[in-house]
Amino acid sequence: MSPFTFFPLAALIIASALGVILNLHPIRSALCLAVTLFLMAVMFVFLDAHLVAALQIIVYAGAILVLFLFVIMLLNLEADVPHKRRRNVTLVATASGLGFAAITLHALFSSEGSLPGPGFSVAAPAEFGTATAIGELLFTRFVLPFEITSVLLLVTVLGAVVLAKKKLR
Amino acid sequence: MVPATYYIALSLILFVIGAVGFLIRRNLIVMFMSIELMLNAANLAFVTFARQQLGMDGQVIVFFVMTVAAAEVAVGLAIIIALFRHRETLNADEVRILRW
Repeated sequence: MSPFTFFPLAALIIASALGVILNLHPIRSALCLAVTLFLMAVMFVFLDAHLVAALQIIVYAGAILVLFLFVIMLLNLEADVPHKRRRNVTLVATASGLGFAAITLHALFSSEGSLPGPGFSVAAPAEFGTATAIGELLFTRFVLPFEITSVLLLVTVLGAVVLAKKKLR
Repeated sequence: MVPATYYIALSLILFVIGAVGFLIRRNLIVMFMSIELMLNAANLAFVTFARQQLGMDGQVIVFFVMTVAAAEVAVGLAIIIALFRHRETLNADEVRILRW
């Protein structure tokens, strides 16, 4: 991707991600999360991950986000009030987050050019990231994790039904 | 052409935003959204490395991460609904029976 598309896109993603954690009203957070997830899907398209981009929109923006919005509206939540007692926690968390980001970014950029692989200058083959190619991998090399995923989803369905039942014993 | 390093940097920044959001917010639903943000940052790193190496294993792993994220949200929101029904609150500071 050329720098003229990457940097505005990255800036928008970071801005909407900040909107998720800084908005006091949960609905606004959820809508910012929707924007972030859509822009991430755009990023995936530029990285030749077309199936992943489609799944991102269908699963995240389609299913997960609707679930979030549904629960927020169901519970009829009010906006948070910033708590005085928590100001120290906020300060320490923000400072350590910035410190972590600074250290890892420094490590990343001081080792520039040493990431293994052919890199972005080599054009991806035509079938890279298509549903056919990923499906083939999924049913050959990754068939055991794939089957375990189905068990996980079954447990999830049962767990969600049991937990959300009216009487919790 | 933007090199892969910048994509990893973006993924890192998103992860830190998610982690900080998890720590500074006390609304359980917003904490959940921060977790989603962190998972998505990991997905971006996986997809970047898949493109860098021109191998699709990373994209398959993103598929599994998305499945786990969907499962986690379904169960988590069920817990949140059950919690709200019992305690009428979603503030993580007020739910402390299991904490010492």
